Amino acid sequence: MAKIIVVTSGKGGVGKTTTSAAISSGIAMRGHKTVVIDFDIGLRNLDIIMNCERRVVYDFVNVINGEANLRQALIKDKRAENLYILPASQTRDKDALTVEGVERILNELAADGFEYIICDSPAGIEHGAFMAMYFADMAIVVANPEVSSVRDSDRILGILQSKSRRAENGERVEECLLLTRYNPERVAKGEMLGVQDVEEILATKLLGVIPESETVLKASNQGIPVIHDIESPAGQAYSDAVSRLLGEEVEHRFMSVEQKGLFKRLFRRSA
Amino acid sequence: MPLLKSSTTKNTASSAAFRLKGGLFPLTLLEISHYDRTEFEQQLQDKAAEAPIFFKQTPVVLSFEEFDGELSALPLSELVEICKTHGLLPVALRNSDAALQDKAKQISLAIMPVGRIKPTADNTASDTAPSVTEEASAAPAAEHIGEINPNSSPSKIVTTPIRSGQQVYAPGGDLIIMASVSAGAEVLADGNIHIYGALRGRALAGVRGDTSARIFCQSLEAELVSIAGNFKVDEDLRKDHWKSAVHASLDEQTLCITPLV
Repeated sequence: MAKIIVVTSGKGGVGKTTTSAAISSGIAMRGHKTVVIDFDIGLRNLDIIMNCERRVVYDFVNVINGEANLRQALIKDKRAENLYILPASQTRDKDALTVEGVERILNELAADGFEYIICDSPAGIEHGAFMAMYFADMAIVVANPEVSSVRDSDRILGILQSKSRRAENGERVEECLLLTRYNPERVAKGEMLGVQDVEEILATKLLGVIPESETVLKASNQGIPVIHDIESPAGQAYSDAVSRLLGEEVEHRFMSVEQKGLFKRLFRRSA
Repeated sequence: MPLLKSSTTKNTASSAAFRLKGGLFPLTLLEISHYDRTEFEQQLQDKAAEAPIFFKQTPVVLSFEEFDGELSALPLSELVEICKTHGLLPVALRNSDAALQDKAKQISLAIMPVGRIKPTADNTASDTAPSVTEEASAAPAAEHIGEINPNSSPSKIVTTPIRSGQQVYAPGGDLIIMASVSAGAEVLADGNIHIYGALRGRALAGVRGDTSARIFCQSLEAELVSIAGNFKVDEDLRKDHWKSAVHASLDEQTLCITPLV
């Protein structure tokens, strides 16, 4: 039985696609057959982040409409064994997504042996986001340590527990929080919300804290999910998050200000 | 939505002839499914004989939501006269047909917006006209949490956090929340509200006019606190006991915030 995980946030631009790419790659690299689906119809980004935009022939909407089958649309990732990508359509819009259509595809993927199905949600709380979260067993709510992002994530958490398929059946969607673009120095100065502040407001289990890092932008532009950059703190943090997702107990890193030794101060490398 | 009266402003003009205040009054709805003069009069007479106390100048709101037939052909003034003869006083018409609204205006009936009906167990009428149901005139709309029980029990208990954008209403009793109420969320009750957590959103107690209702919370960080329509907003609340465990109560018309020991 496949585990369906939605990566959602409410607020735009907080790191959903970056997270979907990194986490799906991480899970696949641990040996699980994984597929990541882009639900942002019309504004697709996942294919760019994963460097497969030149290999898109058929997309999610084509499969829903029966214009192609799943085999034709799925793109095999070149870096991570076991990872497949189902890109979104760029020319259609979100109305092309239907509950029946999405359900059919998710069932087909599960039948095809996929263990993890990651749904990359678009921003907002409208149809696209709703479709991405509707069938989820688990939700990774991505938030920046910033007031409007936290408020929007709170909203999304509310919607998850009331409008999902699981909610309709009286069950709960497993929810966890991923705090991205975290800057411990700014938190220490009181300029940024800290982990505890966000945890208090959202009252949700913390999956991980991803530090602000220039390597993330570099990774997007190169089309290599940041988790492959083993030197990057963000990449390492994502790796830790994947471990926690798979049930391991891992200490949270990158949350406090790094005490730089003299050498490091002299030869400062931008991380 | 009832008018909320700010608890901090005082009426300085001592000689003011009147004051406009918000009030919440449950009104009976007369739901009309079809109309034939003789039949309507007969059925109304029979009902009045069954429950004479109810039919003593009782104000009612006319509703044609379930009307079967042509609304434009309905003799509204005739219907109203029959009602009055038998002890029902139509005071308003619930939003329906434009032609009907015009007739209503001519005979001085107010037009009410369409609200949500909460049918009660006291529905002794059959399916023919007229049927009489109870309706709360300020039933809140919007997204409901799964726990809401239409058969209202004395206290509603919620154990999960109330998230931004959600609204919980406890009709006919107290509301107990064993978690925090997020900013952008709203909790309402006819009775008291108890929050075993932080109140960061809006809390409205005694929404049907119970001035003895209170609000209890472990940390006051609210956007708005209101009891029976008398409210205070964030700005006023920040002055005293902000982020402390408090309870809010109404003293005369002023909202008081007192720390919980």
